[in-house]
Amino acid sequence: MSLVSFDDVGKTYRSLQGVDYQAVEHFSVEIEVGEFFCLLGPSGCGKTTVLKMLAGFEAPTSGQILMGGRPVTGAGRDRAVVFQGDDSLYGWLTAIENVEFGLRLRHVGKAERRERAMHYLKLVGLGGQEQKYPAELSGGMKQRIQIARVLANEPQMLLMDEPFAALDAQTRSLMQLELANIWQATRTTVLFITHDIDEAVTLGKRIGVMEAGPRSRVKGVVEVALDGARRRTDDPFLRYYKQVYEMIRDEVAKSIARAD
Amino acid sequence: MPTPDTATHRSALIGAPGRAARRLWSAYGGYALGFVSLFLIWQWASLYLVSSVLFPPPTIVFRKALVLVRNGVLLEHLSASLQRILAGFIAGSLLGVPIGLAMGSFRPVRKLLEPYTEFLRFIPSVAMITVAVIWFGIGEASKIFLIIYTTIFIVILNTAAGVSAIAPNKIRAAQSLGATRAQIFFHVALPATVPYILTGMRLAMANSFTTIVAAELIAANDGLGKMLWDGRLFMLVDEIFVSLVTLGLLGFVTDRMFRWSIYTFAGKYSPAT
Ligand SMILES: Nc1ncnc2c1ncn2[C@@H]1O[C@H](COP(=O)(O)OP(=O)(O)OP(=O)(O)O)[C@@H](O)[C@H]1O
Ligand SMILES: [Mg+2]
Repeated sequence: MSLVSFDDVGKTYRSLQGVDYQAVEHFSVEIEVGEFFCLLGPSGCGKTTVLKMLAGFEAPTSGQILMGGRPVTGAGRDRAVVFQGDDSLYGWLTAIENVEFGLRLRHVGKAERRERAMHYLKLVGLGGQEQKYPAELSGGMKQRIQIARVLANEPQMLLMDEPFAALDAQTRSLMQLELANIWQATRTTVLFITHDIDEAVTLGKRIGVMEAGPRSRVKGVVEVALDGARRRTDDPFLRYYKQVYEMIRDEVAKSIARAD
Repeated sequence: MPTPDTATHRSALIGAPGRAARRLWSAYGGYALGFVSLFLIWQWASLYLVSSVLFPPPTIVFRKALVLVRNGVLLEHLSASLQRILAGFIAGSLLGVPIGLAMGSFRPVRKLLEPYTEFLRFIPSVAMITVAVIWFGIGEASKIFLIIYTTIFIVILNTAAGVSAIAPNKIRAAQSLGATRAQIFFHVALPATVPYILTGMRLAMANSFTTIVAAELIAANDGLGKMLWDGRLFMLVDEIFVSLVTLGLLGFVTDRMFRWSIYTFAGKYSPAT
């Protein structure tokens, strides 16, 4: 059963000079309930644009996006967003207060709020850091606060925009592992944006590869039939890596050529 | 460099009072030294460099201050000025913060009010003394009006700037967590703007001192500015200096209080996060 469907979606930006730029066009894809869907594409192809439209921050200029059968008209708590970078955290709140922010909005009692927030802080490996302010945490910790914050809100779906892009390689693989475990445990539907093939094959159940912009669309979807722990050195992993690599190679070349 | 072990060992030897003294010293020692040196240099300059009755040394000024404290004159002037500043400053801030928040949050409000703020803030409050006295007389009303005038635009401008400096992702995150417009205002926009509001108030407070002295110089029956003016009229140089030092100290203390509250409110807030 599909939870999200992009139906022939297009987005045209108008610059301040009045010039139109068609970022995506004829973008169609279905995301199943409980699936981990990776969206992969070269820089500037329109991945964030797609996420913003599903999140309800931007409206499509053509086509429509359905969530649970209903058109998306604005932001809502069914679609939680993990932003790239850490400017979405609230610097005047402690780690745990950030995590319980959504619960506070819904007037969940203080004791229950604390307990649930603590549970998710521990889940992302931040037990003991709850009284620190974002400014006192490392980049990786801040990303994990963001993840705990959206998990505590128990959304129907997680939208994640290159959440680990700014982390060092070791922290990134650790976080990927944590996220994979969390997903195994919760089975929340995830739309995960990345430009890293390795990350997509490590995490994704299906990988949507986008064309280079402008007028980007889905070039193809790769189903990753790997279960349990995925090891980068296993043959099947490498086969999927190669398959996705072949698909995206030309697009990266195109996007660089166009930039010249 | 001492390892944590030896450091705790040593402070254990010195004991709690020693540790407290050391903390006090590292927090305020620099200030104390700075002030002491300021007064030493002043003393030296007035005795050996200028050596004129027109530039009294701190010893004489403090003796005079003591006399004026004892007979209640200094306190009377001080409290007159302070009351005016506080009344105008609080009223100006109470008006300025909501106006600034509204201007920062709603484009139509900004468009509507910007002509007023952009025009009026370039008319210095000192220039408004004349009209203030014509409109409100030389009593309290004109002083409080002038302090409100001094305060309100700086507070409005800083508050509005604070609102527009909020990272869009902070608002989007709240929306995706289910916040209503009112919740976004109270839980995101307002706290994110607090450091800017306090900074605006701090600047406004500094300007209030300029304004009140100028206003009292021109038209007042009491206040530190009046004290300065009387000192000039009757050639009471010592009293002039007492008034000046009082102004300096008063400004310093209130500014410290603001810095402290900005630090406690907003120390955890840094624009980058
Ligand atoms: N607000 C905007 N106004 C005008 N053009 C925009 C706007 N946002 C994005 N674009 C353009 O749309 C295209 C897609 O941008 P988008 O941010 O979606 O790319 P992306 O795939 O997320 O890239 P990256 O991997 O670098 O984050 C880019 O060419 C960009 O210049
Ligand atoms: Mg992007």
